[in-house]
Amino acid sequence: MALLEIRDLHVGVEHREVICGLDLNVHAGEVHAIMGPNGSGKSTLSHVIAGKPGYEVIDGQILFKGEDLLEMDPDERAAAGVFLAFQYPVEIAGVTTMNFLRAALNAQRKARDQQEFSTPEFLKRVRKVAGSLNIRQDMLKRGVNVGFSGGEKKRNEILQMALLEPSLCILDEIDSGLDIDALRIVANGINGLRSPERAMIVITHYRRLLDHVVPDVVHVMSKGRIVKSGDKELALELEACGYGQFEDAA
Amino acid sequence: MKQVLPKADPQRTSGNVFAAARGRLPGAGLVPQIRASAFEVYERTGLPHRGMEDWKYTDLRALIGEVLPLAPRPDAEALVRAKVSAQHVSADQAVKLVLVDGIFVPELSDLGKLENGLVVRSLREVLENSVPGDMAGLVLSTTSDSAISLNAAMATDGLVITISDGNAVKRPIQIVHVATGVSVSTFTRSYLQLGKGAHAAIVESFVSAERASGYQANDAIIALVGNEASLSYIHVAAAASDAVNISSAIIAVGARAKLDLFSMTCSGSISRYQGFISLAGEGTDVSANGVNLIRGELHADTTMVVDHAVPHCTSREKFRAVVDDRGRSVFQGRIVVRPAARKTDATLTTRALLLSDEAEADSKPELEILADDVTCGHGATSGALDNSLVFYLRARGLPEKDAKSLLIKAFLGESIEEITSENLRDFVTAQAEHWLQAGR
Repeated sequence: MALLEIRDLHVGVEHREVICGLDLNVHAGEVHAIMGPNGSGKSTLSHVIAGKPGYEVIDGQILFKGEDLLEMDPDERAAAGVFLAFQYPVEIAGVTTMNFLRAALNAQRKARDQQEFSTPEFLKRVRKVAGSLNIRQDMLKRGVNVGFSGGEKKRNEILQMALLEPSLCILDEIDSGLDIDALRIVANGINGLRSPERAMIVITHYRRLLDHVVPDVVHVMSKGRIVKSGDKELALELEACGYGQFEDAA
Repeated sequence: MKQVLPKADPQRTSGNVFAAARGRLPGAGLVPQIRASAFEVYERTGLPHRGMEDWKYTDLRALIGEVLPLAPRPDAEALVRAKVSAQHVSADQAVKLVLVDGIFVPELSDLGKLENGLVVRSLREVLENSVPGDMAGLVLSTTSDSAISLNAAMATDGLVITISDGNAVKRPIQIVHVATGVSVSTFTRSYLQLGKGAHAAIVESFVSAERASGYQANDAIIALVGNEASLSYIHVAAAASDAVNISSAIIAVGARAKLDLFSMTCSGSISRYQGFISLAGEGTDVSANGVNLIRGELHADTTMVVDHAVPHCTSREKFRAVVDDRGRSVFQGRIVVRPAARKTDATLTTRALLLSDEAEADSKPELEILADDVTCGHGATSGALDNSLVFYLRARGLPEKDAKSLLIKAFLGESIEEITSENLRDFVTAQAEHWLQAGR
């Protein structure tokens, strides 16, 4: 059984159909890349999987571990193991990163009937992961993403992903706004989280991230549908020829 | 044009209430005369109404219509209920002083082992022991505000707290006002004097005992903060949800002194917190902040007047309101910079978070600048919770209510964080969390 199974998904935003009959199966252990031009529906897909309000699912199904994901609230999806790394992480003044991480981790554990982490256990985990991502301790004491550079925000997303240990990671253009060094750190963080129990969907415009995070499957998305799937070589082909050839296929 | 006001029921006029209460009001020497004068000031205007600019949004004449009879002395059963309620609001390590239905109750208070330099007496005791006329006038002083005048006329008891020069009182002093009755009014007044270089932290809490409802509380505190002294003053109103609570603070701050004031209103059908802060000595630093936490159909008005009378003083004000259901929060803030007050540095910001479509927040920040060479500013905003922030938190596993609660706490923190004492900051944070939990 696929970890994530999307069947004939149709999604509307403000009376316009943005996803138009999308099918996708992602198995545990796989890394799928979704590429496509602006406006093809990539981010919409990630938001719908995570449960962001404002989208109307007109038809279709999203099953996660065999359960109907569309019946769950966003926090229930997170507790079930779905994680969305945001393209534009929001800034939350007045909530320190450390408090936020603790609240998120313990909320998920509570939802799964697991015991909450003690303060020493939590601190130990955070410090270890933060160190591996070059995240300084003073950043953790600041408001969530407040005053963070673009690279710091993305590293903070990976930090959350590492702490929350989701089964499905959706990375929505995690590479945007990153310089080469930051890209390498983020990519190393992602690769460190690859495991046989976990799947990843990497949404990106460019091949450069896929040089560091090598996907098992590459999909091309156009006009709200997946129009072609292939192996990592498809990313090379896209870079050489562009997305234009797929416009007609949609 | 002269405003025509409806006549009150002659059997229930404030004059009758004052006449009926007279025999129970403490005071020797000039005190009865001072009370009568204060009542005359009150009677000239009666209950505050919207025709008065300072009461534009809280028209007591329309909202309550009349002053209720004075509360009877608390009986043994009332004291038992008051004791339970007072225990629920204890600030950490505080010296607790309890007033029940307007009467100071030593047996519920911590009067033993007061720190050196700290003297606590009941207002009743002071007024009954032939205080000199000028002292009585100071303790029962009034302004043009009719609620304060009524309080001076009717004050049954309260506390007179003095801290001698140079003494830093380590433990916070908590004055707990407990209301136990129904359809009665209470009037308390406290007088606080900090000598030169003294330091104290005062917390005033207003709570209701079980079964208390529909009462009116009108209290006032007069504080004189000496030169180079510092005062932290926290006011928390958590009265019964159908009670009326009017609180006034008149504070004069001396040279190179520091005042750190915080007000929190989280209940009461109609509440008004009004502060009149006078920066009377050069080099003074005032921080006046607060929050209104409103739900249901409650109405909370915070009105603050900061008066810069001398040069080289600083004042900072940050008020926040969280309003849900059909609640209404009012914030009026006026900064006055008198002609002599050059180099004044004063700012005021007020922000309201509206959690429902029917919630209302009224803000009226005002600057009255009569001096040159000053830095003054104000700002006011209101809006709803940012849905993108709520979704971000939910996408990390926080249930919707927890996500919103975290964001509301962060919003309130902008003001609460200004409380310099960590203990008192924790106390206020706990009160805010209690309010948030109660709404879930």
